[in-house]
Amino acid sequence: MQERLKELQAEAIQKVEQSASLKELNDIRVAYLGKKGPITEVLRGMGKLSAEERPVMGALANEVREAIAVKIEAKQADLEEAAVQAKLASETIDVTLPGRPVKVGNHHPLTKIIEEIEDLFIGMGYEVAEGPEVEQDYYNFEALNLPKGHPARDMQDSFYITEEILLRTHTSPVQARTMEKHEGKGPIKIICPGKVYRRDNDDATHSHQFMQIEGLVVGENIRMSDLKGTLEVFAKKMFGEDREIRLRPSFFPFTEPSVEMDISCKMCGGHGCNVCKQTGWIEILGAGMVHPNVLEMAGYDSKKYNGFAFGMGPERIAMLKYGIDDIRHFYTNDVRFLKQFAVEE
Amino acid sequence: MFVSYKWLQDYIDLTGVSASELAEKITKSGIEVEGVEILNEGIKGVVVGHVLEREQHPNADKLNKCLVDIGAEEPVQIICGAPNVDKGQKVAVATVGAKLPGNFKIKKAKLRGEESNGMICSLQELGMEGKIVPKEYVEGIFVFPADAEVGTNALALLNRDDEVLELGLTPNRSDCLSMLGVAYEVAAILGREVKLPETSLEPSNEKASDYVKVVVEAREDNPLYVAKIIKNVKIAPSPLWMQTRLMSAGIRPHNNVVDITNYILLEYGQPLHAFDYDRLGSKEILVRRAQDGEKFTTLDDVERTLTSDHLVITNGTEPVALAGVMGGANSEVTEDTTTVLLEAAYFNGQTVRKASKDHGLRSEASARFEKGVDPNRVRIAGERAAYLMAKYAGGKVLEGAAEVDTLTVEPAVVSITLEKINRVLGTELEMSQVKEIFDRLQFEASVDGNTITVTAPTRRGDIRIEEDLVEEVARLFGYDNIPMTLPVGSSTPGKLSAYQKKRRIVRQYLEGAGLYQAVTYSLTSEDKAAQYALEKREAIRLAMPMSEDRSVLRLSILPQLLEVVKYNSARQNDSLAVYETGNVFLANGADALPDEKEHMAAAITGLWTNHSWQGEKKPVDFFVLKGILEGLFAKLGITEKVDYVQAQVDGLHPGRTAEIKLNGSVIGFIGQVHPSVQKDLDLKDTYVFELSLKAILEEETEDLHYVAIPRFPSITRDIALVANKETVSGALKNIILEAGAPLLKEAQVFDLYEGDKMEEGKKSIAFSLKYADPERTLTDEEVTKVHEKVLSALEEKSGAVLRG
Ligand SMILES: [Zn+2]
Repeated sequence: MQERLKELQAEAIQKVEQSASLKELNDIRVAYLGKKGPITEVLRGMGKLSAEERPVMGALANEVREAIAVKIEAKQADLEEAAVQAKLASETIDVTLPGRPVKVGNHHPLTKIIEEIEDLFIGMGYEVAEGPEVEQDYYNFEALNLPKGHPARDMQDSFYITEEILLRTHTSPVQARTMEKHEGKGPIKIICPGKVYRRDNDDATHSHQFMQIEGLVVGENIRMSDLKGTLEVFAKKMFGEDREIRLRPSFFPFTEPSVEMDISCKMCGGHGCNVCKQTGWIEILGAGMVHPNVLEMAGYDSKKYNGFAFGMGPERIAMLKYGIDDIRHFYTNDVRFLKQFAVEE
Repeated sequence: MFVSYKWLQDYIDLTGVSASELAEKITKSGIEVEGVEILNEGIKGVVVGHVLEREQHPNADKLNKCLVDIGAEEPVQIICGAPNVDKGQKVAVATVGAKLPGNFKIKKAKLRGEESNGMICSLQELGMEGKIVPKEYVEGIFVFPADAEVGTNALALLNRDDEVLELGLTPNRSDCLSMLGVAYEVAAILGREVKLPETSLEPSNEKASDYVKVVVEAREDNPLYVAKIIKNVKIAPSPLWMQTRLMSAGIRPHNNVVDITNYILLEYGQPLHAFDYDRLGSKEILVRRAQDGEKFTTLDDVERTLTSDHLVITNGTEPVALAGVMGGANSEVTEDTTTVLLEAAYFNGQTVRKASKDHGLRSEASARFEKGVDPNRVRIAGERAAYLMAKYAGGKVLEGAAEVDTLTVEPAVVSITLEKINRVLGTELEMSQVKEIFDRLQFEASVDGNTITVTAPTRRGDIRIEEDLVEEVARLFGYDNIPMTLPVGSSTPGKLSAYQKKRRIVRQYLEGAGLYQAVTYSLTSEDKAAQYALEKREAIRLAMPMSEDRSVLRLSILPQLLEVVKYNSARQNDSLAVYETGNVFLANGADALPDEKEHMAAAITGLWTNHSWQGEKKPVDFFVLKGILEGLFAKLGITEKVDYVQAQVDGLHPGRTAEIKLNGSVIGFIGQVHPSVQKDLDLKDTYVFELSLKAILEEETEDLHYVAIPRFPSITRDIALVANKETVSGALKNIILEAGAPLLKEAQVFDLYEGDKMEEGKKSIAFSLKYADPERTLTDEEVTKVHEKVLSALEEKSGAVLRG
C-alpha cells in the first residue's frame, strides 16, 4: 500500500510536470486528488490494516496529497505566468507609428515679438498702454511737435479721412494721450504697441499697415544715461548678451536730443556683411529725450519734468531675429509661414 | 547730399583722415553717412589719348579706324564705334591690359579683320550714370579739352580718383546741404579751421542798378531779392574740374553759366537763377503772387497753370520764373546769351513747397528753399557766382546789385546752465569742456559762472532752445562717452491690465484649441467692409485711398479671414483653423473719431480630426466650433450668461447659424458660411464665428468660491423623448431643469435620432438626468416624484412624451 502511494505520487508529479495547459493541470488535479481519485481509493483499503498501521498510512497518504497539490500549484503559477507573457507578446504594438494628432495653433510672429517686448518692459516696471488707430491730427502730429506744414510730416505720408482725422502713423499719440491723462504729474512708464498706417505701396520692405511699439518714461529726474541703460538692457535680453549697442545722433520732431540705436551685427560679429551693409551695425530703433514742447503741450512743466521715449518696428525685429526676407509674409497668413513660430524660446 | 572728399579739401584740411575714417566720424557725431563710393573702383589703365588719324573701317559702316597717340613710343590703332570720334580729339583710352567696371579687361583684338589695341571710352563705360553725363557725350565718347596732356591718367583728369560720401540728412540738418555746411560740421568734429572761397571782384564803372529795377510785392514770400548783372559773358563748357565736381554730386553739366549757379548751389546751399538779360523784355524784375489761371511755360517746355498760391518772378508783366522752383523758357540762358541777370534770393520755404508740390517739380533748388536757406549767405553766394562768371565765362560784373531787402536776421541766442546739461545727459562735464565744444562748432559762446550763452550762426537754423544745445554737446562729446544708468526715483509696478491679461488668455486658449493666429489689414474694399458686420454703420472711407481694395476701414474681421482660408486652400492647405483679434471701426459722423471695438473671429474648414493610419477622419462641423467657444466661455467664467439663438445672418447658412447672446444682448454669431459664398470663394464647408471680444472681456466675473464635493451619491435617470422636430434641445433642457429644481442638478443630451423610423415631424431625443441632495442620500420615491413632475412639464410645455 505504501508502495502504491509512492508510485501514485511519482506518477502524478511526472504528469504535472509534463502538463502544458491549465486545463490539463486541472484534469490532473481532479484525477489524482478528487474524491474518485486513486489516492482516495487507496485509503478506502485502509480498513484491512492494523490499528497501528492505519495512522501511519493515513499520514503518508496526506503527505502524498500535499506533495502533489504543491506541485500542481507551482505548475499552475508557471502556466499562468506563461499565459500572461504570451498574451502580452501578442499585444505588442509598433511604437514608432504616429500618435493621434492634437490640434495646436500658435501666436502670429508679430504677437510673439510684441508680447516678448511687453514682458521685458513689464519686468522693468512698465504698463502697456493702448489707444485708437483712427486719430485726431492733433494727437498724431501737433501734440508731438509736428505743427501743420512741418516738413517732417512728409516723412510719414498719411491716410487722412478728413482734414482733422487720420489713421495714426505711429503709436506716439498714445503717449500724448497718456501724458494728458496724467495731468502734469509723474511718473509715467508705459509701452505702447499697436497697428499703424502709412501711404506706402506694399512691397518686400514696405507695408501700408504695420506694427509699432513705443516706450515712454516721464519723471522728475530722467536722464539720457537712463535711456542708454534701458536700451542696453532691452537689446541684450532681446538679441543676446553678446550684443553691443551704439547710439547715433538723429532727428525726430518729438525728441531732443534724438538718437538711433544700432546693435552689433550677429551674422558677422561686427566685421561687416550683407545683412549689416558692411557696417557691422544694424539699426534697431529711434529714441530720444522728450522734446520740451511735447511735455508742455501735454501739461507738464518742462523745467521740472523730463523723459525719454523710444520706438521700434516689430516687423523689422522679427525679420532680423528670424531671418524673414519679405514683410508681406506677415499679412498673407500662409499657414506654412505661421506654423514656423510655434516653438516657445 | 553727395560730398566729394577731394572737393571738401578746398575748405578744410583733411590730412591724416581718410574718406572712410571721415565717414565713421561724421556718422558717430550726428549725420549718417549712408555709403562711401570709390569712384574709380575696379578701373585702371585709362589714359588720355590723342586721335591722330580717323578713317572709316574698311569692312564696317559704323566703325572707325583710329590711330591714337597714347604717350607710348608708337601710336596704336584702335577700332571705335562711337559716332562722334574724330581726328584731333583728346580722348580717354583704355589701353591693352586696362580694367573697366564689371571686371571688363581690355585685350588686343581683331574687329572685322582690323587690329584694335584698346578702347576709346564713353563716360558711361568709365562707370558714370548716363543721366549726369553732359548731353553732347551721352551717345558717344567723351572729349577732353585740347590742353589735356597725352598719356596722363584720364581718371585723375576726370576727378574719378575721389571718394564720395553719401549723407543721409534729417530735416533739421539742411545746413549740410552745402559743401561749406559740411565743412563747418567736419571742422567741429576734427577741431580744424574752415577756409572760405574766393569772392573778390574787379571794380566796375557801370552799376547793376542802372540796368534793372527790382520790385517785390509779396514781401512775406520773398523778403530778399538781389539781382546782379554780368555783361560780356561767353557761353561755353565750364572748366573740366567744375564739370566733374558737379557730376560727382549727381548734377549734369550744361554750360559755364548754368554750371556756376549749380556749383554755388552745392558750395553754399544757396540756389541761384541766371536769366538772359536781353530776353527779359524789360528792365524790371517784379516779384508777385500769380493770378489764378495765369499761364506760364517753364524751361522744360511745359505750360503750367498757376494759382494765387504760387510766387512768380516777372518782367513787370509776364512771369519769367516760378520762384525757387524753375525758370521760364522765355528767359532761359542760351548759347547766344551775352548778359546775365543773376538772381540770389530768399524765398519762403512753404511757398516754394506748395508750388513744387503742385507742379511736381522737386529739384535740388526747391528742396533747399523748402528747408530754409541761410539768410546770411544769399548775398555772398551771388558774389561768388559773379566772381566765377568773371573768371570762367569771361564776364564783366557790374558794380553792386539791384535789390529789395526786408529780411530781418536775428540769430538765436540761447543760455543754459552746466547743471542742466549734466542733468539731462547724466554726465559730469566741466564748463571748459562745454565751451570747447561750442568753440569747435564756431558758435559764439560766453560763460558767466555756471551759465553759458550761445549765439547760433544763421546757417544752423535748427538751434533754438536749450535742448538743442544739449544735443550739440551730447553728439560732439560722444554718445559712447555717456554712462549707462537706469531711471531712479519712485518705482512703478509693471503689469498688464485685466483686459490685456484676459486677451492673452483668449489667444492662448484658441491656439491650444488648434487655431493659428492671423493678422490681416484693417483697410478693405467697400463691399467687403459691410459683409458680416455685427453693427451696420456706414464704412469709414479714406480721403485719398491708394487703391479701391484698401479704401475703407473694416466693420468686421471675417471677410479678411475668409480670404486667408481661400489663400491657404488654394495652396493645398484645405484643412485650416485660424482666428484673429483686432479692431473694427464704427463711424460716429464725419467730425468725431469712430468707435473702435475689438472683435474676435475664427474660421475652420476641411478635416478637424485626421488620424489617417487609424482611419479616423472627421470633417469640421458646427459643433466643433461651438465646442471651442463653449470652452472659452467656461474659461472666462461666463458660461451661464451666454445663449445661442437660431438666427439668420447674411452670408451664413440659414439653418446652421446662431446668434450669440451675452446677458440677452447679441454679441456675435456662429455658423456655416453660406454654400453659395463657399462656392464663390472655392471653399469646402467652412464654419465661422465673429463676436465682440470687448464684450466678453469686459464682462465681470464672480470671485471663485469652493463648493463642497458631494458626499452622497446622485441618482441618474435616462429618458428618451419623442418631440416635435422644431423643438430645440435647449428649450427641452430648460423645461427639465426648471421642473426638476432643486433636486435635479444636471440634464445632458446623450442621443438624438431624426431618421425615417420616426413619425413625420418628430424626433427622438434622450436626456440623462442627475438628481442629488448635498445633505443626504435620496430615496427612489423622492426622485420618482420629481421625475414625474419633469415628464409632465415636458408634455405640457412642449408636447414631448416618453418614447414608447
Ligand atoms: Zn554683419
